[in-house]
Amino acid sequence: MPISPKLGPEPAAANMADIAPCYTPQGAVVEASRCLFCFDAPCIQACPTGIDIPSFIKKIVTGNLIGSARVILSANILGGSCARVCPTEVLCEGACVVLDREGDPVKIGRLQRYATDHALQNRLSVLKAPDRKSGRRVAVIGGGPAGLGCAAELAHLSYEVVVFEKKPQAGGLNTYGIAYYKMKPEVSLAEAAMIQGLGVEFRCGVEVGRDLPVEQIRKNFDALFLGLGLGKGARLNVPGEGLPEVVEALEFIEQVHTRPLHQVPVGDRVAVIGGGNTAIDAVTQARRLGARDAVIVYRRSQAEMPAYDFEQKLARTDGARLLFNVVPLEILSGGTGHVTGLKLARTASTNGKLETLAGSEFTEPFDMVIKAIGEEKQVDVFNKLFPALALDKRGVVVRNPDTGQTNIPGVFAGGDCANGGREVVNAVAEGKKAARGIHTFLTGQQVTGPTQASRYGVKGLPVGSGFDRPIRVRELEEEHAKRQRSSG
Amino acid sequence: MADLSISLAGIKSPNPFWVASGPPSNTAYQAHRAFEAGWGGVVWKTIGDPIVNVSSRYSALNVNGMRMVGFNNIELITDRSVETNFREIYEVKQRWPDRAVIASLMVDTRERWHEFVKRSADAGADGLELNFGCPHGMCERGMGSAVGQQPPVTERIVSWVMEAATIPVIVKLTPNITDVTFAARAARKGGANAISLINTLNSITQVNLDTLVPEPYVGGLSSHGGYCGPAVKPIALNMVQNCAADPGVGLPISGIGGISNWRDAAEFIALGSTSVQVCTAIMHYGFRIVEDMVEGLNDYLDGKGFKRVTDFVGKAVPTVKKWESLDLNYKRIARINYDQCIGCNLCYIACEDGAHQCIDLVPPDGHGLGPGRVPGKPIPQVREADCVGCNLCSIVCPVDGCIAMVSLDNGRAKMSWSEYQERVARGEMNPIPAHS
Repeated sequence: MPISPKLGPEPAAANMADIAPCYTPQGAVVEASRCLFCFDAPCIQACPTGIDIPSFIKKIVTGNLIGSARVILSANILGGSCARVCPTEVLCEGACVVLDREGDPVKIGRLQRYATDHALQNRLSVLKAPDRKSGRRVAVIGGGPAGLGCAAELAHLSYEVVVFEKKPQAGGLNTYGIAYYKMKPEVSLAEAAMIQGLGVEFRCGVEVGRDLPVEQIRKNFDALFLGLGLGKGARLNVPGEGLPEVVEALEFIEQVHTRPLHQVPVGDRVAVIGGGNTAIDAVTQARRLGARDAVIVYRRSQAEMPAYDFEQKLARTDGARLLFNVVPLEILSGGTGHVTGLKLARTASTNGKLETLAGSEFTEPFDMVIKAIGEEKQVDVFNKLFPALALDKRGVVVRNPDTGQTNIPGVFAGGDCANGGREVVNAVAEGKKAARGIHTFLTGQQVTGPTQASRYGVKGLPVGSGFDRPIRVRELEEEHAKRQRSSG
Repeated sequence: MADLSISLAGIKSPNPFWVASGPPSNTAYQAHRAFEAGWGGVVWKTIGDPIVNVSSRYSALNVNGMRMVGFNNIELITDRSVETNFREIYEVKQRWPDRAVIASLMVDTRERWHEFVKRSADAGADGLELNFGCPHGMCERGMGSAVGQQPPVTERIVSWVMEAATIPVIVKLTPNITDVTFAARAARKGGANAISLINTLNSITQVNLDTLVPEPYVGGLSSHGGYCGPAVKPIALNMVQNCAADPGVGLPISGIGGISNWRDAAEFIALGSTSVQVCTAIMHYGFRIVEDMVEGLNDYLDGKGFKRVTDFVGKAVPTVKKWESLDLNYKRIARINYDQCIGCNLCYIACEDGAHQCIDLVPPDGHGLGPGRVPGKPIPQVREADCVGCNLCSIVCPVDGCIAMVSLDNGRAKMSWSEYQERVARGEMNPIPAHS
């Protein structure tokens, strides 16, 4: 049976409402008052863009919301979307000292949303780029988080910047690929508009190499930033993959973002293949759009699942099922031309090697299959556009992580195409670093900062900004364990 | 169960908790509710010639979302008729014979004082409280704090009252004065049986930054209000102790000023209060707060082995001395417990910018990784040789017990400033060199 939308407009909208709504003014002050205003706060170190978190939270307490948004956006131009999509549990909030004191961190992400919503919704020009331009021009290919992070920083450094985006609207995955209940595309578009307000020119619907030759860009611009992201979803390579109800997770999520919610087709019984955070986004949105049964099918064990614990918990709360150590062998159609189920087998991993257990095959009925097994690297695209560009064996662009410089002089890269696929906040930080790398490349001058207001008047460099040396809580835990081992 | 009953200059009460004169003690209805909740006494809202009030009347100091850390008002004394007030005191006293009902009074002439003193006793009041403290409105008419700020006037009016009084007289003192003991001694000289303090402080709690008119707002204007609530407690404790320690005063004390719970009350009692009076906390939460006050004080007394609350009155008074009596050779330093430290570095920045620059941020080596500490993140370390023991780091530390202030035995004999001056004068020691 072909699949069709399951819910009317109202229940669909209710199910897809913000999972963490904006604080009320008083709620924000109460929560912000929990912040201790640490000096050299660990949360700053855990933020890949190094936002001066205690500073922006203190400004919420004093009612200086524009100043609060300025602290956030001057460090992270996409602070509004990161407030919603960052895995704060393993970043800033995971490092919050209040978590250690009372087991419940300051809700940094939600407070950041409160401050940035104030600026974005009221269209306040919190940041201003210099009026005088340097006369140098930089092209940014890809209008996703990395490209926008790069473009905004370049605008602040007085460059003329043109962003080339092949989709009709800027923002990349922030506009098309985030779970709808976490962020609405309007937020991402407001951020793009804010960057436009800094003087950045957007050319959307333009695919470099197809609509515009690379040579022309190289000729007309002094430097180039590649923020192309990742390519199409990876293939399962099992029979039945071409059936009409087999979709890639990001395609499914893009439909949620580009169609009215009550017009997004979804199966009654949906299988999501994969174990990452995108698989969670797919399974929860399938449930929220009316799938009676939505199941994650992951070939390894729960302990090996890359999705964050809090995301797995969310999937369970949403009524999704999780199957572990199960691999799809075939997508069944029973000759109907439509998905009728999956032929599955159980697996076991020994020493990290996965094997399918003979004789363990079984079938489950499904009418939709969503593939969330990662995206392909853009090897072909890069080979065509920049034959000389060095890629590593995984197919990601080789670049200096501090400057974004690739092996081609004047060509810089960052974001998923250069890191293989990380968080939005990492992409923004890499774009910003590349902008500074470009500035150094073109002028020989170094850019430092952002200055931490919570450190004014103190000599010496900050002990940590995550922009320079981001720390993830998982890494923190590993480090902790290592030290305990060596001391014990 | 400790005995909580008290007698303040002969005014008996089953516990030391009294509702202070103010909006919560305006009517018999409220007095009944207070006694039902368990209050030991009620000091009636000040009775005098009826006045006319303005709207609005109250304002507050809120801190980081916490309401009513401080509070003020521009409400005057009772706006009800004299007859109504005395009739209601009579009714209340009939129904609650074991509780203390104190009539608070404020009038002007000797004849009026005599009349009101007699009418209070006729209504069955257990005592009188003379309102010489109200700092707004009434003082402009020569009453309230206008009396309390001039010791000779205080003494004269007290003596008028004593001419007619048949029940104990408490004089309520204003804190809007340089040295409260001058007023307290005047009350004593006039013949008062007890004092109560503090009344409210002159204040402006906040300015509305849109209208640029302070609160409370009265048709485009505001006025100085009487300030009270938790924020005034330290000022009140200081003045209570001043009076308790002054032999020239020598009167029982009813303590007032920011008392919200049994702990506050116990501190006032330890500094010399026989009874304590509460207003702002009732205005915030209602009469029901007395339940925990009675229970908490009882448990505290039991735990400390005091049989009666009166055994505990003034116990802390002798430990407050003039600065010149303090031991210059006593040494205390801060010690950070790294098992509890959460790495906020507030101690560091407070000491660095706000105190004596004795805390360094050092590599964490040797201390392991405390909770929340990012790998390699420096930790605060006290330079004990330079630490002056000021307490600031332990005050700002957000973790209870993480920074302990430890007494050091430096082997030096006690020496107060006075002794130091004497020894230097006798040539027994050289002056202590100043810091560079």
